[in-house]
Amino acid sequence: MSPDTTAGASPVNQDVSLQVPAQAHLETHPGLSPDGGPSVTLSIWRGDPGGGAFVEYQMPAIEGEVVLDVVHRVQAGPAPDLACRWNCKAGKCGSCSAEINGKPGLMCMTRMDQLPQGVPVVVAPLRTFPVIRDLVTDVSFNYTMARQLPPFAPRPAGPDGIYRMMQIDVERGQEFRKCIECFMCQDVCHVIRDHEENKAFYAGPRMFIRYMELESHPLDTNDRRELIRRRTGLSLCNITKCCTEVCPEGIHITDNAIIPLKERVVDASYDPVAWLGRKILRRTKRSAAEAAADAPAFSSPTREDR
Amino acid sequence: MSTTVEQMKPIPVTLGGARGGPDQRTLRRDRWWANPSTTFVFLTAFVVYTTWAVFQNAYYYVGGAAHRDLISPFYSPCLTASCVPGAHGGLVITWWMISPAILTLGGPLSFRFTCYYYRKAYYRSFWQSPPGCGVADGHARYTGETRFPLILQNIHRYTWFIALIFNVILTIDAIMAFRLPGDGGIGVSIGTIVLVLNALLLWVYSLSCHWCRHLCGGNVNRFSEHPIRHRLWKLLSPLNHYHMQFAWVSLTWVALADVYVRLVASGWILDHKLF
Repeated sequence: MSPDTTAGASPVNQDVSLQVPAQAHLETHPGLSPDGGPSVTLSIWRGDPGGGAFVEYQMPAIEGEVVLDVVHRVQAGPAPDLACRWNCKAGKCGSCSAEINGKPGLMCMTRMDQLPQGVPVVVAPLRTFPVIRDLVTDVSFNYTMARQLPPFAPRPAGPDGIYRMMQIDVERGQEFRKCIECFMCQDVCHVIRDHEENKAFYAGPRMFIRYMELESHPLDTNDRRELIRRRTGLSLCNITKCCTEVCPEGIHITDNAIIPLKERVVDASYDPVAWLGRKILRRTKRSAAEAAADAPAFSSPTREDR
Repeated sequence: MSTTVEQMKPIPVTLGGARGGPDQRTLRRDRWWANPSTTFVFLTAFVVYTTWAVFQNAYYYVGGAAHRDLISPFYSPCLTASCVPGAHGGLVITWWMISPAILTLGGPLSFRFTCYYYRKAYYRSFWQSPPGCGVADGHARYTGETRFPLILQNIHRYTWFIALIFNVILTIDAIMAFRLPGDGGIGVSIGTIVLVLNALLLWVYSLSCHWCRHLCGGNVNRFSEHPIRHRLWKLLSPLNHYHMQFAWVSLTWVALADVYVRLVASGWILDHKLF
């Protein structure tokens, strides 16, 4: 890794090759008061797939800033080559996800004054995904899993050609539609964060809320329960609720999506009374392959395929 | 869609690559360990105390000699021939030679062990999987609840029914605690309040269970066609939100109820009549 430390850069405490005296930056940065007023230090991970390290940037403190503001000032000043993904600066696009002091968070929604003062703020890329450069990671894993998700399959419309739903039927799924796809729930989930080998078999919390939204949709006709059991790795989740803890939209991922999905899977596959009920009432459930038929990429590597 | 399952081909999935960030266990600087450590201490304390209380096999019933009818929730229903005279329990198992509490506790403990909240608690604090959010898993391999024995967590719904049976029995115990034998019929003592609160907390904990929420309406897709189930679901969902709190309070209270009955039965304290 070789971050470009151009003139004016102020990495305070890093590789010898990167070290520039802090004062050099303090003198050149236009936003800093000449008397060396209050400052903040960001320890940002700089690197690429070949490796990397933390580089500290000391910047003048400005009241009311969020982490992304300071990162932008670092970009505008000492490190113009710092890679960082961002878009709306309003907590609605989900682009600026990073690990701030070790915990996933949106940089645009994390106020500097809410972080411990007097110590560097550590900013690292999402741990679970392959790094592209600095704070930018390749989150295409999530899109791969999204392509395996069988889409909405509505029942026939009414005689007048109109689909009708009652509000009480759809309000449960509206919570899930708040998802901004920041993928912090996917990042913090230890099933893939700490076990790379599970990635091929695990859809993750973000996809589970989508599965639950469709499974509980009043108009949907597909039965994805067997697919969820066999192909999405729902049983790998041990409901430790980290996804719920980090969700910036406050979606109750575990209580309202993952656990209800687990119970639906138990209905379909592990409950002998439910099995007997299906036999008596002559109800069938769809196989994983049938349920997945409409998915853009229904067949992913699974343990059964090996 | 015209394409059939047989015609569809797997789309290659490219996964992996160098991970972002440093290869450290965690970058967290807050006291992330405080929560799992506290859980570890409390659950261990409960297990140690319960084990001691179960094998003590004495001082679990306050009977007519003390003008009370109080039984420890650990020993109710008392089903063996070795139960002290007066302890409730219609069925008598004669061949069981060790503590009757072992027979009693299996049901409620299986419910708590498979409970979604307690799973989170002990996976984090005991099994370190993971110990905290953003903290590395304590194990190199991880298979979750996909295989034996953890696949048995799926029996949670059946353990819920078992727990309900015990709730009914403990509710009867609480009602019986209003009896003050040989001392004027019916009244309220501190022991009565302890057992009533115990039954109440256990009911709230059981009814706030995720499976109960699923049973009452969670598995319905069109609430408009099932108004009663929708009403039940709406009633239980706020309770379910506090399932963790109910789990802790009810667990603590059931142990305290045992402590109270034990202190009264052993003569350390008197169970004061309030009115």
